[in-house]
Amino acid sequence: MDIYSEIILDHYKHPHHHGLLSDVKDHITVHNPLCGDTITIEVMTDPHDRIENVGFESTGCAISTATMSMLSDRIIGKTCEDVIQMTPEDIQSMLGVTLSPSRIKCAILGQEAVVRSLEHKA
Amino acid sequence: MKKNLRSQFPLLQADNELVYLDNAATTQTPSVVLDEIYKYYTKYRANIHRGIYDISEHASGAYEQVREIVARFIGADDISQIIFTRGTTESINLVAHGWAETHVQKGDEILVSELEHHSNFVPWYEVCKKTGAQMKIISLSDDFTLDMDAYARMLSKKVKLVCVTAISNVTGTTNDISTITRMAHEYGAKVLVDGAQGVAHRSCDVEKDDMDFFAFSGHKMYGPTGVGVLYGKPELLASMDPFLYGGGMVDLVSLEEVTYRDVPTRFEGGTPPIAQVIGLGAAVQFIETIGIQEICNHERMLSDYAHEKLSKIDGLTLFHPVINGSSILSFSMKGIHPHDIAAICNTQNIAIRAGHHCAQPLMKRLGVSATARISFGIYNTKEDIDALILALHAVQEKFI
Repeated sequence: MDIYSEIILDHYKHPHHHGLLSDVKDHITVHNPLCGDTITIEVMTDPHDRIENVGFESTGCAISTATMSMLSDRIIGKTCEDVIQMTPEDIQSMLGVTLSPSRIKCAILGQEAVVRSLEHKA
Repeated sequence: MKKNLRSQFPLLQADNELVYLDNAATTQTPSVVLDEIYKYYTKYRANIHRGIYDISEHASGAYEQVREIVARFIGADDISQIIFTRGTTESINLVAHGWAETHVQKGDEILVSELEHHSNFVPWYEVCKKTGAQMKIISLSDDFTLDMDAYARMLSKKVKLVCVTAISNVTGTTNDISTITRMAHEYGAKVLVDGAQGVAHRSCDVEKDDMDFFAFSGHKMYGPTGVGVLYGKPELLASMDPFLYGGGMVDLVSLEEVTYRDVPTRFEGGTPPIAQVIGLGAAVQFIETIGIQEICNHERMLSDYAHEKLSKIDGLTLFHPVINGSSILSFSMKGIHPHDIAAICNTQNIAIRAGHHCAQPLMKRLGVSATARISFGIYNTKEDIDALILALHAVQEKFI
């Protein structure tokens, strides 16, 4: 299976929500110790703890960057619990590809970044 | 290479299309090594030393004979200078715990090169944290070789230990070990050489290069996983504390006192990796049969060819010295993450590595978070490089 679908490459080349939010000071950086990839993220929430906006910067492969981009679109309006409950299968289905165990680690880094960021705010 | 050695490697025979370019991570195993391991398990498997029956005597003899094989291979004077460990990391940690922690103190310095793998970096960071000594970094020049002028300036009576790799696992830089040891010894500093990427590719002579400690692994030299070697000068090994306490390394044990066996047995606590040591002996003999100079020439031809071909790819940055570059080459491609390069190569059955290669300080120096890396072994050919180059063009097409 070609994991480099048009949609993944498009999100990699033009990631949505790319760039840190100027009005949020709290950003969190997560990294994948296996490859050194990093995602720095800021998440804005409304008074009901629902995600209002996301901004991120990353050094990573097409899978990790595209996942962060697609995830950012998907989690607006969701709660921390909603994000925590996403399984690796949910993430692969969002990407529309099946990943090997080592590449799943690339894909779930974004989810970890969002959760860590929300926990940091709480 | 006079003949194609691929046929001697069952894994490469089973997958005849596989282009294996990750030899710096681990090499494949030839039949002669597998046969020796199989023979141990099926003909004379027994624990070594103290067994008063034939197969134990046989196993002990085979195990101890590898000490001689290894000593001769690296130019060591005496078999007692060869300690078997589980790998390079354990060998280096043995020096860190057994020697450095008791011979290095506050005010002293340990010099570590910027090229080092984490296994020759983190132990020294920890030793310095425990002892109060200072760790200083010998920097890399822009041509990917060590800055020997900076090294000369850093040397002083305060320096107790210099830690360098024989060959970088990222850039393939080959360090001038004899010069490094000569300069260090003028100040009384000891030198530990990480030979993990060296032994299977270049002649490594501990006597000629006057190394104080030399560490390497079996699995990067066509031997099995789980075995390594530490060589040390006799007076240094004699002054070292054991690191793994337990059976096999003790002389007498009573409630009042424990005495330890002589070097090298005192450093081999517990049942050692017997089958792996026996396999290591076969791997050394395999290398010697081909001849280290022949291997070196073959890999030099491949690395020159790869260097030239890779340099011609637009947007590709090569991290590999022109002079004294060994058979390991790292590169990056503009706008494409190394993981993606490796993943697309994998779809063409080409195995390359991508990541920080356990050398994060070096990645920082190179200004990248990761690189793609190819590394050759004796079975690689120019055709393997041609296949890689085609795959890299496919990578670019996908991402542009």
